[in-house]
Amino acid sequence: MLTTRKSSFLIAAVAAIIVASTFGASAYATDITGAGSTFVYPVLSKWSAAYNEKTGDKVNYQSIGSGGGIAQIKAGTVDFGASDAPLSSEDLTKFGMGQFPIVSGGIVPAVNVPGIPDGQLKLTGAVLGDIYLGKIKTWNDPAIAALNPGMTLPSSRITVVHRSDGSGTTYNFANYLSKVSPEWKDKVGFGTSVAWPAGVGGKGNEGVAAYVRQIKGSIGYVEYAYALQNKISYALIENAAGKYVKPSIDSFAAAAATADWGSVKDFNLVITNAAGEDAFPIAAVTWIIMYKAPKNAEHSKAAMAFFKWSLENGQEQAKSLEYVPLPKPLVDRIESYWTSEFKG
Amino acid sequence: MSTAPESHMPAPSVERFATRDSRADSIFKGVFGLCALLVLLVLTGAALAMLWGGREAFAKFGWKFLVSSDWNAVTHEFGALVPIYGTLVTALIAMIIAIPVSFGIALFLTEVAPSWMRTPVGAAVELLAGIPSIIYGMWGLFVFAPFMAENIDPWLDEHLGSVPYIGALFSGPPLGLGMLTAGIVLGIMVIPFISSVMRDVFQTVPSRLKESAYALGSTRWEVVWHVILPYTRSAVIGGIFLGLGRALGETMAVTFVLGNAHELSASLLMPGNSIAATIANEFTEADSEIYLSSLIALGFLLFVVTFIVLALAKLMLMRLSQREGNR
Repeated sequence: MLTTRKSSFLIAAVAAIIVASTFGASAYATDITGAGSTFVYPVLSKWSAAYNEKTGDKVNYQSIGSGGGIAQIKAGTVDFGASDAPLSSEDLTKFGMGQFPIVSGGIVPAVNVPGIPDGQLKLTGAVLGDIYLGKIKTWNDPAIAALNPGMTLPSSRITVVHRSDGSGTTYNFANYLSKVSPEWKDKVGFGTSVAWPAGVGGKGNEGVAAYVRQIKGSIGYVEYAYALQNKISYALIENAAGKYVKPSIDSFAAAAATADWGSVKDFNLVITNAAGEDAFPIAAVTWIIMYKAPKNAEHSKAAMAFFKWSLENGQEQAKSLEYVPLPKPLVDRIESYWTSEFKG
Repeated sequence: MSTAPESHMPAPSVERFATRDSRADSIFKGVFGLCALLVLLVLTGAALAMLWGGREAFAKFGWKFLVSSDWNAVTHEFGALVPIYGTLVTALIAMIIAIPVSFGIALFLTEVAPSWMRTPVGAAVELLAGIPSIIYGMWGLFVFAPFMAENIDPWLDEHLGSVPYIGALFSGPPLGLGMLTAGIVLGIMVIPFISSVMRDVFQTVPSRLKESAYALGSTRWEVVWHVILPYTRSAVIGGIFLGLGRALGETMAVTFVLGNAHELSASLLMPGNSIAATIANEFTEADSEIYLSSLIALGFLLFVVTFIVLALAKLMLMRLSQREGNR
């Protein structure tokens, strides 16, 4: 027992010496810890690998879900939390925390309608809301036919697929439906999980995608990156300006850029149904949540430096993973938020 | 310590042996008593911890938590009826399938199969028990659910959907996901457990009993029904309840094929939810105190449901053995 303990101590000591000597400039490499959203995990780990090479600081991120991330940062067991749903300004003030967006993405409605080519089916937000409310039951419903003139729609039944687990994807999707369908807002509302009026629930993006692929006449919603990698056919949704915009990094970025960030405190804004001409209607951002006066100031400072580096230099890495880097004006806004809110 | 090797000591007296033995006895008793006590401690500890974690939900919703079919994270209204119903129904379907099939397997392996076949087939059954449940779930989702959707569900809907009384159980869209599919997958999962227990106990029936019955002119079925089953009854029922306990608590495989919808529907073809699946699905993103508390309260209810089912089983066993005594 004693010998193993001794030797492991020795190994740790040797490792510490090696680490310290490799990164001589930054005498102490800091271990930054974070937890939360599963959505940002791939891009955060890519950024942290690149950042580690550059500075020696390491980011340990546990992708345990947004709810878990919020709980962990509130408890102060991590240096930052990441969430797909924003905290309200009251909540932030209560805990003395601040939040800011870090990266953006999009959510597309995945469809499996026999005979309809990929990316051709057009839906408005209101019709999508009625489908998810269970009011529109078949694909040849007049409301859908009116939006797709000249398309032969099958008479098959619509099966709605949603997430069974709580998720930021659900939060943004339901938030979008609340904005475009008053009835949805009244009856269901939005949150990381909601009381679905109809349909079946799949676990995770992969669960929803598997159900959509298998059930003929089904419609679901998945993250764009996931839909792209798995070649899932999607429908187009009319945006706030009345246009049908294809999901792409550009149209998500347009949503992040045209969203009215100046109107809210602490970036507490969900960017669905953004106003821009080219804005994709169901775009989403992930927030980082941190203490303004943290217990471990040194770690927090290191985390802040990491996020600054990521926002300014991480665009290419994000794009390679189909994430959308935040547009320059928003990054400027975030950096001025840091200087005004995160003092010291 | 002073435990000198006693074999080298010159002729130790009988008293010394006796004291040593009694000391060893008491240590033995203490250690193993502690082991048994530990089980009880862990059990009550787990139950109390879940009750404590779920206190907020029980306090807020009261007994309505048991009968409400609401499950709304937005308005913070939670009720356990849908998951409890789903848990019981899927487990029931599983047992309806698993018991006769397991019985057949065990019987075939002990009474009918040629002896060269018994060992490999028996080993294969035991191997089945070792397959992780997620594999059953994936098989259920990618292979079995489409098969149900294309072949079984439409047939059931067409032929049984309009029959009075039981029609409501079998009408609905052919999704391939739902309580029937989940029940069947669960049934397949518990078959190895039940059948290997049954096979083991069938083998313990003394051959002179069986041979006497055969000598009196009994058919094979009569031997099974009148000799083997009565002889092994309590162990067989024990095996069945081992399987039932597993079916009630199974999580991953059920989550994949149950459809995970918080909706109470009579039809077995419609998606439902189970206690274990609800917890597994929603625990990570339970973002309010009452939500988390409701999920832990669900865990406590699973505990209670399992306890009630097992207690009923014990009661049934006692009744049976009493009747046996009167005969």
